Amino acid sequence: MLVVFLALGIIALATGSVHIGPERVFQALLDAVTGEHSLSSREYSIIFSVRLPRILFAGIVGASLSLGGVIFQALLRNPLADPYILGISGGSALGAIIGILIGAGSFYLGVPLLAFLGALATVFLVFAVSGGTRGPLLDNSLLLSGVVVNAFFSAAILFFLSTVNSMELHSITFWLMGDLSRASAREIGAAAFFLIAGFIFLYRQALKLNLIVQGEETARQLGVNVEFTRQWVLIITSLVTAVAVSLAGIIGFVGIMVPHMMRLIFGSDHRLLIPTSVLFGASFLVAADTIARVLLAPSELPVGVITALCGAPYFIFLLKRKAA
Amino acid sequence: MSLVCGTNINFSYTGRLILDDFSFAVEEGEMTAIIGPNGSGKTTLLKIINGLLFPAEGSLTIDGRDTSNWSRRELARAVAVVPQENLSVFPFYTEEIVLMGRFPHLRTYSFEDKKDYSTVRKAMEKTDILSLANRRYDELSAGERQRVLIARALAQEPKILLLDESTAFLDLAHQVQFLALLRQLNKEQKLTVIFVTHDINLAAQNADRIILLYCGKNYAIGSPAEVITAKNIKEVYDVDVLVDQNPQSGSPRMTLLA
Repeated sequence: MLVVFLALGIIALATGSVHIGPERVFQALLDAVTGEHSLSSREYSIIFSVRLPRILFAGIVGASLSLGGVIFQALLRNPLADPYILGISGGSALGAIIGILIGAGSFYLGVPLLAFLGALATVFLVFAVSGGTRGPLLDNSLLLSGVVVNAFFSAAILFFLSTVNSMELHSITFWLMGDLSRASAREIGAAAFFLIAGFIFLYRQALKLNLIVQGEETARQLGVNVEFTRQWVLIITSLVTAVAVSLAGIIGFVGIMVPHMMRLIFGSDHRLLIPTSVLFGASFLVAADTIARVLLAPSELPVGVITALCGAPYFIFLLKRKAA
Repeated sequence: MSLVCGTNINFSYTGRLILDDFSFAVEEGEMTAIIGPNGSGKTTLLKIINGLLFPAEGSLTIDGRDTSNWSRRELARAVAVVPQENLSVFPFYTEEIVLMGRFPHLRTYSFEDKKDYSTVRKAMEKTDILSLANRRYDELSAGERQRVLIARALAQEPKILLLDESTAFLDLAHQVQFLALLRQLNKEQKLTVIFVTHDINLAAQNADRIILLYCGKNYAIGSPAEVITAKNIKEVYDVDVLVDQNPQSGSPRMTLLA
């Protein structure tokens, strides 16, 4: 998985509207270590200032969304759960749009902060809507309330969209479809911090997640303090995904597809599933973003378009296969 | 002091009284059957012994300590449950399922070590599922799955084993084998076994003591010969039965008079 990620990273560095061959990229990376200068300064600046941060950011966002997907699927014991379906993405989108409209963009992390608040509010809302339901229905009612909350947010987002001027409209639309092009170095750093911290915490819960997947009562009988674990895992996971969504916009389906594929290959043990999903999620989004960059070069597609184009059919395939 | 001791337990669920001033005790190394009609509180009682539910009034102690003072991990090291069925949405291998029984013994975040694997192997040997180790749990038959769950409970190395209708899905051969295993564990390892069953003859043949529950009260408690009488069964289940002696074991034998 790590090899796949590194190889994809180099290919992605080599791809773009300005052609730089993979061997020259490799040379550039080598130079960075050895301190030599064998490429033109223009090539260095394209590789290190334009493409590398973007690829890192794509990797971090992909990893965060996949991590969110694995964990939500385990907690809800439903392979169709992910931050997007649960409405967390929609909630942070609404927060972000309100942020853009009230001009929070002029403060450091202003828009992401509002997006983050939106995401947290959604988590509480979704749980409140589904609250009071017990037993096996619990898992489905969470998904359903996610769908409902999502629909509500879409309406709210459309409402705000109809009030803005065309300049803001373009940037908001891009954000809604997932946009990896505007993150600053500091924002990338923040996202990386949350991803790494979240990963360390969640990885330590892997065994407990294995048991929770067997059912709440079974997990309790085997010695897991389910309420406590679920509460903290939920908070941390929401945090990681909210940060990613607030910086990158709505990128759907990564959180469903990646964990599911990894489960097919590596099985359901979360000690293996969590790290492989994180790595593959990173690779997947880097690849999708590279395609988004070159498909209509020199102009760019929002990466969310690519993931949705792959994801929606995959989702249908999953549903069909489950029914069969 | 009895190993498990319930004193004046009251428990209601959505306004309905399930257990009503219920007291009982189970000694270490005993095999106890809990029988009673549907809705008489059998499953609730098991959940209270397992610390999944707590009595509204009264107390339940294990080793003299109230279950509300045990951590979940401590409790899982002392009490294991074989549920009726346990289906996961995600595919796991049989061995992974049995390994989960080691969770309460693991240091919180570590992986299983050699000792855990050998405990798991022994548990799988005893329940005759070694050959299923690398099969997917969700693709096994109901009877095979039941044996996997028993192995998982044994892997917990508990003092007390709780069974909720565990033989219901087993065919005759595996039922006999399973009961023999229970008796063997009971004798050799002093494992205390508490099982809920609808099969009165099975209870009469295998239990040292029987608790007959009726409307949340312990209607009768004692040896099979004391509890399984035509009069008791008539009053609790409202069916006419003939009770005689099993010619082989001498335990009471019940025949329905239809």
